[in-house]
Order: sequence, then C-alpha cells, then structure tokens
Amino acid sequence: MMRFGKLGIMVLVLALMTALVVGCGTADQGDKDAAKDKAEEFKVGFIYIGAPGDAGWTYAHDQGRIYLEEKIPEVKTMTLEYVPEGGDAERSIEQLAQEGCKVIIANSFGYGDPILEVAKRYPDITFLHCSGLKTDTNVSTYFGRIYQARYLSGIVAGSMTKNNKIGYAAAYPIPEVVRGINAFTLGVRSVNPDATVKVVWALTWVDAAKEKAAAESLIDAKCDVLAQHADTPAVQQAAEEAGILSIGYNSDMSKFAPNANLTSPVWNWGPYYVRAIQAVMDGTWKSEEYWGGVEDGIVDLAPISDKVPANVKQLVADKKADIIDGKWDVFTGPVKDQSGAVKVPEAQKMTDAEMLSFEWFVEGVEGTIPK
Amino acid sequence: MELSALVPFLAAAIVAGTPILFAAVGEVMAERSGILNLGVEGMMLVGAVMGFMITIVTGNHWTGIIAAMAGGGLMALIHAFITVTLKGNQVVSGLALTIFGTGVSGFLGKSYQGMPTADPFTPCVVPLLSDIPVLGPILFKQDVLVYISIILALGFWFLLYRTSWGLTIRSAGENPAAADAVGISVSRVRYLCTIIGGIMAGLGGAYLSLAYVPSWQENLTAGRGWIAVALVIFALWNPLRAIAGAYLFGGVEALAFRLQTAGIQISSFFLSMLPYLLTILVLVLVTVRLRQEAGAPLALGVPYDREER
Repeated sequence: MMRFGKLGIMVLVLALMTALVVGCGTADQGDKDAAKDKAEEFKVGFIYIGAPGDAGWTYAHDQGRIYLEEKIPEVKTMTLEYVPEGGDAERSIEQLAQEGCKVIIANSFGYGDPILEVAKRYPDITFLHCSGLKTDTNVSTYFGRIYQARYLSGIVAGSMTKNNKIGYAAAYPIPEVVRGINAFTLGVRSVNPDATVKVVWALTWVDAAKEKAAAESLIDAKCDVLAQHADTPAVQQAAEEAGILSIGYNSDMSKFAPNANLTSPVWNWGPYYVRAIQAVMDGTWKSEEYWGGVEDGIVDLAPISDKVPANVKQLVADKKADIIDGKWDVFTGPVKDQSGAVKVPEAQKMTDAEMLSFEWFVEGVEGTIPK
Repeated sequence: MELSALVPFLAAAIVAGTPILFAAVGEVMAERSGILNLGVEGMMLVGAVMGFMITIVTGNHWTGIIAAMAGGGLMALIHAFITVTLKGNQVVSGLALTIFGTGVSGFLGKSYQGMPTADPFTPCVVPLLSDIPVLGPILFKQDVLVYISIILALGFWFLLYRTSWGLTIRSAGENPAAADAVGISVSRVRYLCTIIGGIMAGLGGAYLSLAYVPSWQENLTAGRGWIAVALVIFALWNPLRAIAGAYLFGGVEALAFRLQTAGIQISSFFLSMLPYLLTILVLVLVTVRLRQEAGAPLALGVPYDREER
C-alpha cells in the first residue's frame, strides 16, 4: 500500500508538471497573439464604483462603454467593477495602466487623488474622471447638467399631479442633489404654480428598503407623483404598488413601474466617450473640465409615457430646444428661495460656481436641508 | 400626529419590523441553546438572494421562500459544525460567516441586481378582521409573511416556555453539563437550534427581497441583521418581547420619514441615527440590569466539552 501511495504521488507530480509546461506553453502563445492584436487595437479601461447590473449609475456608464465599442471598432474596453474609493483604488488604476490601456475612465468622485497619483507616473495615458474636481495635463474631469433633464421631468410631473403634491425621495443633502431638487421644482411650478415638492432625505444611495420606506411616507402624505435622487428603483416600485405616478432617475426606469413611471432623467455617456477617445486617437485631446448639458446629449429624458398629453410633451420639447439653442437655462432669474426672497434677479443666470455650491431650496420646495 | 396619520405609520412600522423579527426570533432560539450567532446579517443576505433568484427562475414565491430557508439553514449548519463539533470560537465563526455571506450573496446576485421580482408577495386583506377600525388596516392588511412571522414568534415562545422540548433547549444553554447528565444530547440540540436560527434569518432576508422592496440589491439588508442580534438582548431572549422590540425598531425607521413629511424640524441625520442609539441604550440598560438578575443563557458562547466537565 505504501509503495502504491508513493507511486501515486509521483504520477500525480509528473502529471502536474506536464500540465504546467503545457499550460505555460499555451500562455506564451496567447501572449504573442495578444501582442499582435495590440498593434491594431486601442485599449480603454473603465473603473466602476458598482456593477452594470445596478440599473442605475454604473449601468448608464456601461451603456456608454458599449456605445463606444460600437462607434469606434478599434477600441477594446476592459472594466474593473466594485473598485472601492480612496487610496486602494490606485492599485486598480495602475493595473489598467499596465495592461496597456491608453485611456482610463473612472466613474466616481472618490477616485480623484489616486487618479492624479497614477497619472503622474503614466504621462502618456489619458485619464477621464467623472464628477471629479481636479485636473492635470493628462487628466480631465467630466459631468453632465442632469438638472436640465430634471427641470424637463418637472414639467411632466407638474402637469400630471392632481393633488398638487409631489414627493421627492433624495439621497444626501449635498449641492448636486439640492440642485436637482431645485431644478425639478422650477420645472413643476413653470406649469403648475400651486404645486409643491415635498422632500424626504433617505440618507443612503443604495438601501432599497429605506428608499421604499421614504417613498411610502410621501405616499401617506398624499403625494401623487414621486421623483427620486437615489440609485435603486425602489421608489418606482412603491409608486407602482400604490397606483400613483413616478419619475425615475439614471436610466429608463419604466420597466420597474410600467404603469407608474412617466419618464426618467437619464445619463447618456456614450457620445462624450466617443468624442473624447476620438480626440485622444487623433492627438487633438486637451485637458478640460467638461460639464455638458442636453445640447451634447450627455443628459436627456427617457421616452415619455403615453399617459402624458401631447401638449405637455410638446412643451417639454420646446423647453429642451430653448436649452439646446442656448436661449435659456434652468436657473435664469427671477428665482426665489423658500422665504420668497429673490436670489437670482430677473434675466440673470446663475454661474456654474454658484450652481455647484447650492445650499438653499427654491420656492415651492417643502423640506429643509439638514446642516 | 392625528389618528389618520397614525394608522399608516403603524402599518409601516410593522412592515419595517418584520425582517428583523424573523431574524431575531431565530437568534433567540440559537442563543437559548447556548450558541451565539453573529452571522445573522450574512445569513439574511444569502436568504434574500437565494429567495429572489429562485423566485425569478420558477416564477413562484413559495419556492423562493424554501430556497431562502435552505440558504440560511446551510450557512447556520456551517456555524454549528464549527462551533459545536469543532468547538471553535463562536464570535469568530459568526463574523466570518457575515463577511462570507455578504460576498457570496453579491456574487450570486450580480446578474439579478435591480431586476423586478417575478412574483412578489402582496398584501392580503383578511376578511371581516380588516374592517375593524384602526386595528384592521394596521394588522390585517399585510402580506402573508407578516402573519407567518407573528405565528412563528408565538410558536417558538410556546415551544421554549410551555413544552419539555423548550426545557431541553434552555437547559443546553444554561447548564449543558447538567443537561448532558440527564441524557440530553447537547450537540444535537445546539445543532438544531442554530439551524433554526439560520432558517429564520433566511426568511427575514427573503422578506426584504420578495415582499418589502421587492428586488435584489447588493447588501440589501444594510445592517438589519445586526439590529436583530441587538434586539435579542433587548428582548431578554424572549420571542414575545422580540415582537414588541421589532415593531419598535421598525417604528423608529418609519417615524424618521414621517416626521420629515409632517414638516417637523428635526435633522434627518439625527432621526436616521435613532435606531442605533436605541440599540446602544438598550445594551447599556440590559447590561446594568443583568448584574442583578440573569437574563442571558449562562452558557451562551461557551463550547460544551464533555471531557472538561
């Protein structure tokens, strides 16, 4: 028995070694093939905070990635999902750099410093950082004026409410979210000056149960249209169950609430990615702080439900055309705050800096910004 | 708050408390037999994702419920094997299972994220009883899992305090050596109770993914498993008090949003902190109280080894 055991082990070791040799041989061959492809393909790496399956933020970015691959056939993309924000992200970004990516795209605010670190070590690689603040010679930031799409969705909500009470389940009291609530409310009141928007802070981006509870508290407060600034479709599902109406966010959420959902402000990153990558390939790319709006198609409204009358759809289309033509933007005066005081005088526009640091609600919002 | 606002608030409190109730009653059973299970959060997540996936595949939520029970139960079986058979450290095993459950549920559910449920549980109105003013809409217009959670809590209370099986379970948790001496298999009792605990945690998770939300998101439970563990202490290891405690905790969660819609000026950060503040307060109070009268099973967390009697 003992002898057989030893023999068995020897056979096993031999088999393993053979497998290793054969395996390595194949790997070498694979590397050569890959090297041959590298000459033709242009690698773009994506760092994701979540996964495309979230139906929200990362999903929208991944749609952009797919669009990019379709539009520029030479581009080959690779993705890293669930990359934690902060210092540890440096490893993941570095990994993509070493894999030969010529452009690296990161889709969350917290990747800022790691990107700048890696960018210093790889001056030949271009970095695009979504919602970031800091740029460098080879680092751009990019974001979209989703508030424009929120204003348009507000027109829909304001036209469809019967109680004149609209609920808004919001994630965190930060300028980005406050700006969205304000734009939405201005949209609502542009068609329905009697309507108010009731805000509830869920204090989470991704706790579906809490978001649902927040939505239900708004339903109990007699709101008949719900909007959301949160990443899960829980608010839509609550509206569907209660038989009321809703406005989604991030991507077209009508599939979660076919009866309730009227439309959703959506992100459409594809065209931006195509433009930026094409510029890098042509050698015309320059570092910038990009904040595009509906004119670039980076933000938009998902198809509006058939429940919405044609004249409302027309109104939305007209307003959208005005924004695209540059005739008008959402925060054009007069804009009043909750106390009725005029914050933006007639015919004046808020500057980007003012919009990026919003910390007051416009007239018509019911709720407070916790300090 | 007026009565008209109170009814939906209390109904919401019950719904928010139900996932915690399932898990907490299960944990009471495990701890009563002497096994501390800190893996509840992970077991809830595994239950939630298994229940959701199987419901999508089969299109029937009851098969999902069975899958959730199996998922939670299997996780608990691992815990029982480590802590009862191998006599390993219960805290370490539980924490490891929570981390494992978080990871494995995220992995399994990756392609199911954000999908609508195929066959969610919907409220079923109990005829006649639901017409009772105030109480009717609060208690008798809920989904069937709410009723099941209450029945299970009552049933396990009866089992623990009114049957000889309950005595057996409690003796394994209070004085396993004495239990062993009268011929009780401490290992078998602890295995059984730990697995019951896991099954209940799985049910609590499935309540979130199949009835409350209902869909799957990574880390769907968001700390509710830990609240359940704290609730066991709050309830002084009694399933009946766990019912009250679960609805109290659920009530605080529901209240946070309702005060906001009522326009009451309290910072929402403060409100969202309340459930956790309550947990800490209860822990302090109970610990102070326990110095005088025993509430926790005496042998809780201590592996039983016949040789070391």
